Amino acid sequence: MTRPIAPPPRKNPQKRTRVPTLPSGLRSRAALGLAAAAAEGRFMLQGCEACGALQYPPRDACSTCLSIGLKWRDVKPAGALIAETTVRISTNVYFRERTPWRIGTVKLDAGPSVMAHVHGDVARGARVVLVNRLDKSGQGVFFALPMDGSADMADDPQLRELTADPKFRRILVTDARNENSVALAKAFADAGATSIFVGEPEGWRPYPHRAALAAVSNVAIVPLDVTDTRSVCELAGEIGGKTDILVNNSRFMRPGGIMDRGDTVFARDEFETNVLGLMRLAQAFGPAMSGRGADGVNSAVAWVNILSVYAYANMPAYGVFSASNAAALSLSHCLRAEMAPGGVRVMNVYTGPTEDEWHQPLPPPKVAPSALAKSVIAGLKDGLEDVYVGDVAKDLIDRWRQGPKVLEREMMAQAGEG
Amino acid sequence: MDAIDNRSADLLAQMAGAIASGGIEVVDLTHTLDQDFPVIILPPEFGQCARFRMEEISAYDHRGPAWKWHNISLCEHTGTHFDAPSHWISGRDIPHGNVDEIPVDRFVGPVCVIDCSAGAGEDEDFELTPQIIRDWEKTNGPIPRDCWVLMRTDWSKRRGAAYLNMRDDGPHSPGPTPDAIRLLVEERGIRGFGTETVGTDAGQGMHYTPPYPAHFILHGAGRYGLQCLNNLDRLPPTGAVIVATPLKIKKGTGSPLRVIALVPGKDA
Repeated sequence: MTRPIAPPPRKNPQKRTRVPTLPSGLRSRAALGLAAAAAEGRFMLQGCEACGALQYPPRDACSTCLSIGLKWRDVKPAGALIAETTVRISTNVYFRERTPWRIGTVKLDAGPSVMAHVHGDVARGARVVLVNRLDKSGQGVFFALPMDGSADMADDPQLRELTADPKFRRILVTDARNENSVALAKAFADAGATSIFVGEPEGWRPYPHRAALAAVSNVAIVPLDVTDTRSVCELAGEIGGKTDILVNNSRFMRPGGIMDRGDTVFARDEFETNVLGLMRLAQAFGPAMSGRGADGVNSAVAWVNILSVYAYANMPAYGVFSASNAAALSLSHCLRAEMAPGGVRVMNVYTGPTEDEWHQPLPPPKVAPSALAKSVIAGLKDGLEDVYVGDVAKDLIDRWRQGPKVLEREMMAQAGEG
Repeated sequence: MDAIDNRSADLLAQMAGAIASGGIEVVDLTHTLDQDFPVIILPPEFGQCARFRMEEISAYDHRGPAWKWHNISLCEHTGTHFDAPSHWISGRDIPHGNVDEIPVDRFVGPVCVIDCSAGAGEDEDFELTPQIIRDWEKTNGPIPRDCWVLMRTDWSKRRGAAYLNMRDDGPHSPGPTPDAIRLLVEERGIRGFGTETVGTDAGQGMHYTPPYPAHFILHGAGRYGLQCLNNLDRLPPTGAVIVATPLKIKKGTGSPLRVIALVPGKDA
């Protein structure tokens, strides 16, 4: 059975921090489809549109009929482990540092046999559930889990390499004033985070939920204002070297589009917080985090942005806010590329209208802070890159994938509806 | 150039000498422009006063090898600042009502300081009333025309959340009543009114009639405001002169500024 991981000891100051190394990230363009599916936690294979055959590994033409009409589709992730071995020696630096390492072949109920990393609690020949996860190089890999789970399953060292589990990690949530900070802090405490730093801008004016936030176990409220470079640098100087998961929940929003506002004042605030705030945080915390991607049990592991799903398609009633989130979305891709060498993943959590004062006149469904927090934790535990919270966000991304131009027209029809 | 009036030249020379020797003390009435210094908070659907921000352009590095400098951003009404008549709706048609248009001689003038620190220490909503002003005059003589009047509360010694003192029903800080401001403006003819708090009005000043009486009455009459002042406890009730020169912002309604006071020395 998996041995539960112990709280990591305090760091030995005489030992060099282990430099992050990565498993091979070379893939064909077709195989990048696995990463795209893993980014959302989906188990997918290519299926042939001509003859129906499922494909493995990913390829450009059908292995049965040579058709090039291959389309990714969700596949039932169940099968049996028909072969397994434990790698004890590897020439690859990443695996060399992590042996022994279990791998095997799983015969899927859906047909193909696939290569997979194998959980320590799976017996040879046993039934397994497969998951598609991003490895440290950001590529999709299959991992075989015990069919019915096992005690401390998430603590398997091979699985932990593929996730961003908050257990025993130190968290920074950037904005205490955001109404969702209490739910986020509680969720991290429940998930076993060791410390939860919560940044507090403008400590010179009160906010209603401060006492509730301070009462959450392991929470420390620290000064942080993402619009103030000095403040961001000061906090990074203090805790940048022990921030394992950063959750950027800082957000400035006001309703309104271009012409009904008549000025650029709120727009500037929105870009200062939602775009330049992300950039300031990344400049201050990014280097230390990406340098600590292999720093043991509590290595730096993930950067989380909470974005509006209207980053994909402008909601005219919140037009400028949408634009700032579109800019943040673009910037997050830049950050993802820059963090990749450290093996630190960037996870964007997209929401539709949230349950707060700025969406108060909007009809439900709205995303409650608890639902958002739950999705953040679940996304980290699954090592995701893209999480869509709530019906509005899920529906919007579906429509965006079907056709952004049609969606743009649909959004126009919503102008003024909020 | 016309011949210099020797008498005024002598006065200036004496003053310079007295400043150099310490006979006249120069007191800084300004708070440091600091990212964490509170600004006035309005209901969030209104536009807001920008906080002071500073971004490094270079610091003797690859961005500029031999020099260090910053871009700064702030509101006209951030930190220790000057309010021009055009700041308020009542003063919008006042001639020379913007900071760039005010004659520069208005920036140097005598100051009366009314000490309300004891009262403000006991009551955070302490009001400056006509009675307090008249009592002050009994001791110090009538407030001269065209003089600055500063309300000392020692509020500048407060830090953090205690400064705005914001609660669910808004901020609580001392300030003048409408009648007190009318007395100062309409009967005494003051040049301007200054406070240690974030505005010239009391924290609860929106509940007076008219709301925000100091802003409404002062600026409606073409007078000026100074707020977020510091070190007022170092000024005598009368006899000091302040220099308060706002930036020359085109059509500006106010300006952060360095306010200094020239304070006569004490008898040895």
